[in-house]
Amino acid sequence: MSDSHHEESFWRKYIFSTDHKTIGIQYGITALLFLFFGFSLMMVMRWQLAFPDQAVPVFGGLIQWLAELNGFASIGNLPSDLYNVFGAMHGTIMIFLGVVPLVVGAFGNYVVPLQIGAPDMAFPKLNMTSYWVYFIGGVIMLVSFFLPGGAANSGWTSYPPLSVIATTGQTFWLLGMVFLITSSLLGSINIIVTIIQLRAPGLTWMRLPFFVWAQFVTSFLLVLAFPPLEAAGFFQLMDRVFDTSFFLPSGLVVGGEALDVSGGGSPLLWQHLFWFLAHPEVYVLILPGMGVIAEVIANNTRKPIWGYKSLVYSVVFLGFMSFIVWAHHMFMTGMGQGMSIFFQTTTMIISVPSVIILSCFMLSLWGGSIRFNTPMLFALGWIPMFGIGGLTGLPLGLSTPDIHLHDTYYVIGHFHYVVAPGTIFAIMAGIYYWFPKMTGKMLDETLGKIHFFFSFIFMNGIFWPMLIQGMAGVSRRLADGGESYAHAQGTLHLNEFMSYSAWLLAVAQIPFIINLIRTLLRKKDAEPDPNPWQATTIEWTDTTSPPMGHGNFEKVPTVHRGPYEYSVPGDSSDFTPQTQN
Amino acid sequence: MEIPYNVQVREDTGVYNSKLGIWLFLASEVMLFGGLFSAYILLRTGAPVWPPIGEHGSIMHLLKETIPHATFNTVVLIASSVTMVMAWVSLKMKDLGKFRIYLGTTLICALVFLIVKYFEYSHKIHEGFVPSHDTYMALYFTLTGLHGLHIIGGMIVLGYFFGPGIKMWDNEPERFTNRIEIVGLYWHFVDLVWIFLFPILYLLN
Repeated sequence: MSDSHHEESFWRKYIFSTDHKTIGIQYGITALLFLFFGFSLMMVMRWQLAFPDQAVPVFGGLIQWLAELNGFASIGNLPSDLYNVFGAMHGTIMIFLGVVPLVVGAFGNYVVPLQIGAPDMAFPKLNMTSYWVYFIGGVIMLVSFFLPGGAANSGWTSYPPLSVIATTGQTFWLLGMVFLITSSLLGSINIIVTIIQLRAPGLTWMRLPFFVWAQFVTSFLLVLAFPPLEAAGFFQLMDRVFDTSFFLPSGLVVGGEALDVSGGGSPLLWQHLFWFLAHPEVYVLILPGMGVIAEVIANNTRKPIWGYKSLVYSVVFLGFMSFIVWAHHMFMTGMGQGMSIFFQTTTMIISVPSVIILSCFMLSLWGGSIRFNTPMLFALGWIPMFGIGGLTGLPLGLSTPDIHLHDTYYVIGHFHYVVAPGTIFAIMAGIYYWFPKMTGKMLDETLGKIHFFFSFIFMNGIFWPMLIQGMAGVSRRLADGGESYAHAQGTLHLNEFMSYSAWLLAVAQIPFIINLIRTLLRKKDAEPDPNPWQATTIEWTDTTSPPMGHGNFEKVPTVHRGPYEYSVPGDSSDFTPQTQN
Repeated sequence: MEIPYNVQVREDTGVYNSKLGIWLFLASEVMLFGGLFSAYILLRTGAPVWPPIGEHGSIMHLLKETIPHATFNTVVLIASSVTMVMAWVSLKMKDLGKFRIYLGTTLICALVFLIVKYFEYSHKIHEGFVPSHDTYMALYFTLTGLHGLHIIGGMIVLGYFFGPGIKMWDNEPERFTNRIEIVGLYWHFVDLVWIFLFPILYLLN
């Protein structure tokens, strides 16, 4: 690899790099910052929910400044208009700017080429482009906070007609989404081509680590599910900018006055196109997480993952099925009983592969000599959390109980169990697990364990009470947390508890941040162990001192066996690398 | 650093990298236009009459006038697809002169298509049939507009290969031929989209 010794300028090396490892880290840092920003929005909202209309402590001045800039009255509290903005942007930022760029952009980029023994992604320049397009999308979203009327305020789902008549922030939201969608498309095409074309010699499909399979299916979901939302985004842009009526029905009255549009459109059309993306999107969030968990569990139980083939077939089936369940988000729209029956059937079917995957992970623990290190703790914590998330989804997937639960806090509790601990625990497991690969340094175990246990407690402290509130019938998206509703009074006291949990969850991240900074500043060992976890997959078999240079492997690895050959009987060590003959 | 299978075909998959990439991109494009067409179906089946009658009445009479233009445009686009293939074949036969002629013809066809489209648009807008007139007009402008953007995008790439991009032929003829094959695949797709747009927007009313 002659190029790896070539001196690159600072800009080429760190900013406009075409090295998948640098781009992965760029994605990772940007997305973690967005994740923190989205969480901060929620911490302010939680104040409003716990103590409605009281001035926010410490950040009151900032909130007041922003509210008045947007044209809302505020005494340092979070006015309800701004509450709507924060709610919509919390969802958008967490999903499109935080979690997806982390699990696909960062982990997919960094780990996939290494796990398949490739020198880089198939299209390095395209890879760089997708990061910068994502970055522009993020900037557009951030800028929209300072517009009159604030950023988008119609929920992350942007349902029309509300979103069509909303303030300018919504137009920025749509433009930002076009960039984010384009970035995802380019990135996922790159990942698919890389996996198909650049596998090392001997790395057959059934020898791929489960993480690579998960990324493969995820990328297909992104390639095929995002474009219909892009189409819907163009329609909504037309509705907003050129006064068309794609989503506006005839005879629409707003504020007592008939809207001056031709009408003839259909709000349901948006919902169909939106959920056609947004349901597969849920699997985009969770599948890479499952991939990380599989790696960590196999490595720390020191035995092959249980049911590798079942896992692979399940994840592929899950990918297919995720395209035909979307309208279970729409049972209450009056789309008709036939539709409801079809979609609740497919929804029940899709729960089967999810349960298979979860069962495989649990069975993998059986009889293993488990190492309880930080990545493994996050993986073990992930299993029940994702389990709760999945099981609480069943009543929502059946159209009858959904009548009661639809649009309540139960829904919020359910999907946060799936996408908050479900993805973030996997992300954390992944960060602790691959950090030595990225830097050559291990993160501190004690701080890591503190980080895990407190995160685990407070995650549940936030989301479990939501299920209770929701079953009591408290609606989501209420700026006062239900204070003015009679039926919400019985569960109102939970609001404070949830809010304190949310703020303490933020405090629980401090050991993590300290850990990251302290470890990065620490001097690297003279000869860092290239395989500190004693793992079998290809990324750990390279014997050079990590991190690897541009171009990755010194010699193209040849693969002789499956990904999880731990504790092979008769072998001298308890792990047999994939490259070992 | 060399990316494997950048130019050469990988034996077990039978493709080189960017060919697989363009097919995946086209798959996403199918989904994009699939979303657009499904909107057409949903709005049309929900409308009491089609095209809907708006402030300026129905577009029907204007549409009848523009069918010949659209038919002409269809022929032009199909011709451009043919010359696109010929351009690629010329490269395969190592004839750069012919390649320039065929690629140039493709570009001219694309330009003719856009000029006809411009007159069609301005005529409709002049008569008051703007996108906000009714849902048919909204679909008409959005769908043909996005298709037009695809044509423009294709023209930029083709223009690049006609101009500065052609230099690659001197050093890496095989890679350049691959590039033309790939942009050709995209061009045929854009052509194919029009083959669907033409009947649903002009003929089936």
